[in-house]
Amino acid sequence: MSSDNSAPLSRRQFITGAAAAVAGLTIAPGVFLLKPAEAAQKADGPRWGLLIDTSKCADGCTACVRACHEENGVRSLGRPETDAQWIRKVNLTERATGHQHSLPVMCQHCENPPCVDVCPTHASFIRPDGIVLVDKHSCIGCRYCMMACPYKARSFIHEKLTDQKPHAPRGKGTVESCTLCVHRIDRGERTTACVEACNRDGHKAMTFGDLHDPDSEISQRLRNYGSTTIRADLRLNPAVRYQGI
Amino acid sequence: MTLKTHFRDIEGRSARYVALLGGLLVLVALGVLAALMKGSQGHYITGMNNQVVWGLPHIFAILLIVAASGALNAASFSSVFGRVAYKPLARVSGLLAMTLLIGGLVILVLDLGRPDRLVVAMTHYNFKSIFAWNIFLYTGFLAVVAVYLWFMIERRMNRYVPIAGYTAFIWRLILTTGTGSIFGFLVAREAYDAAILAPMFIAMSFSLGMAVFILVVLATFLGTGRPLGDLILRRMKNLLGIFVAGVLYFVLAYHLTNLYATRLHGIEAFVLLNGGIYTFLFWVVQIGIGSVLPLVLLFHPVWSQSRRVIAAAAGLVLVGGFAQLYVIVIGGQAYPLEMFPGYDMSSSFFDGVVASYVPSLPELMLGVGGVGFAFLLFALALKFLPFLPASLSDEHVDPHADQSGTRTAAAGA
Repeated sequence: MSSDNSAPLSRRQFITGAAAAVAGLTIAPGVFLLKPAEAAQKADGPRWGLLIDTSKCADGCTACVRACHEENGVRSLGRPETDAQWIRKVNLTERATGHQHSLPVMCQHCENPPCVDVCPTHASFIRPDGIVLVDKHSCIGCRYCMMACPYKARSFIHEKLTDQKPHAPRGKGTVESCTLCVHRIDRGERTTACVEACNRDGHKAMTFGDLHDPDSEISQRLRNYGSTTIRADLRLNPAVRYQGI
Repeated sequence: MTLKTHFRDIEGRSARYVALLGGLLVLVALGVLAALMKGSQGHYITGMNNQVVWGLPHIFAILLIVAASGALNAASFSSVFGRVAYKPLARVSGLLAMTLLIGGLVILVLDLGRPDRLVVAMTHYNFKSIFAWNIFLYTGFLAVVAVYLWFMIERRMNRYVPIAGYTAFIWRLILTTGTGSIFGFLVAREAYDAAILAPMFIAMSFSLGMAVFILVVLATFLGTGRPLGDLILRRMKNLLGIFVAGVLYFVLAYHLTNLYATRLHGIEAFVLLNGGIYTFLFWVVQIGIGSVLPLVLLFHPVWSQSRRVIAAAAGLVLVGGFAQLYVIVIGGQAYPLEMFPGYDMSSSFFDGVVASYVPSLPELMLGVGGVGFAFLLFALALKFLPFLPASLSDEHVDPHADQSGTRTAAAGA
């Protein structure tokens, strides 16, 4: 190809401009992304969370799953691949040892939730008390949050729904997930459907409480026995914590 | 010395043109029908599910958006890099860039769970989201290229063409960075979360955009009986070959980097060895049919002289690009999330298993509808505005014109 020294912009000008533009684009998202890290942990006010002791979680027991779905009107439409699941029992087998156990997985209510970061319309949001929710009025159904969630915690509503619970509105074409029974919390109750069911069945594998209150049962258990989180490497600081994995 | 370039709209009365419009309208109608079906029934009628949340429509949309950015190549070569040979093609290049992008965006919007809430997306922005950025990048691209076209067509504004061309070129690089970053920013999934996806998408935009552009130039010039010389075609096919090689380089760097990290061996084995349809699409379609074969065709000393061979190579590049996006978008989701490293996991929610995805007819209809809409707009624009040069014969594309100081001879581009 022939060269042309009288190009409208010299190569040097061009490269300088391109480099500046690319640098701008590289830095700009970082500036925005740093915000949540700065705004971390408001010590005043509660942060609601769950502690799950997997050693007490019985294999084959799905009491928490059934209770959650009953509470929030989530039911199977006979299409497993598109049916919503707000909470599920996951069976684990350690490859090195063959050790098996199971545990419930739901929205982990991260302090730095990737779903909130990627949502273009602020429909995914985190409340000051740490509960991560979807605003059903501004969710456009792009499913980017489902791509971003490391826990596969979210479901897209693939078809029309009937018989919804007034406290848990759901709509075709939007995304949803565990609300940590926010309707109960806002009524002043201090437990969730899943925790209630686990206690009722006598397993007592799940504890709900305020992670910011040092005297709460959940905080004391965490302090005394330690815990871990799923995908701790991502440093999202989930409010759902586990013992025994 | 180059001859003055005349631009002429097409007459648009031939049976062939009317048939083309009719065919494209049928595609658009199929897309509209699919959108209505999805709107009334919900996404369960598609192959998409809670495991594979983005499907065939997104492949079509990303292909169109990435190709749109690359369709601007010819205009950029002329206005930014001063290659006068491409000057006669600058207008049609800008036009194609706009219509391809519109086609891709229409697919994306119609695949939303709530396309009726587009106004929410246009009024509520979360600037932490690359999606929100992309809304500005896409609409801004349309605006920048529209102004660029205006400067090219309006004689009084011709002197501002280089500035507009420069802006459009930078904008397209940022735009494709944004598209690649949709995946690059996803920390949760093994197949994504890689900065190299942004430049890889830029390389793909160059090759896919060039491939579409070559096919469109061949079709419009031969279809309207305008002279098309071999000089410009030869330049474009050589560039296409270089761009295809560029994409291969990024693919190689991506997989080599992943192969070095033990934690990513699972996803690499899935794509490269035991992923079934994804492995097939990667090796046979993306690499074999979509990259190596076109390279052979484009650089073979004898075969590459034939227009049919060049057209075939461009078509194969598009097929390869489609397969590449399929592997990235669908394959990346089908591979299970590794939530518990070192454990096998199972559940009623398809944890720990490769997710199934079978593209459905409504998805295909929506995808081809967007493609049809893009080319319908393109075909209509050619009829009403002078985008297409009257001739691209070799005297109009004199390779020595660059040194002869006759750049001002070609008006309007």
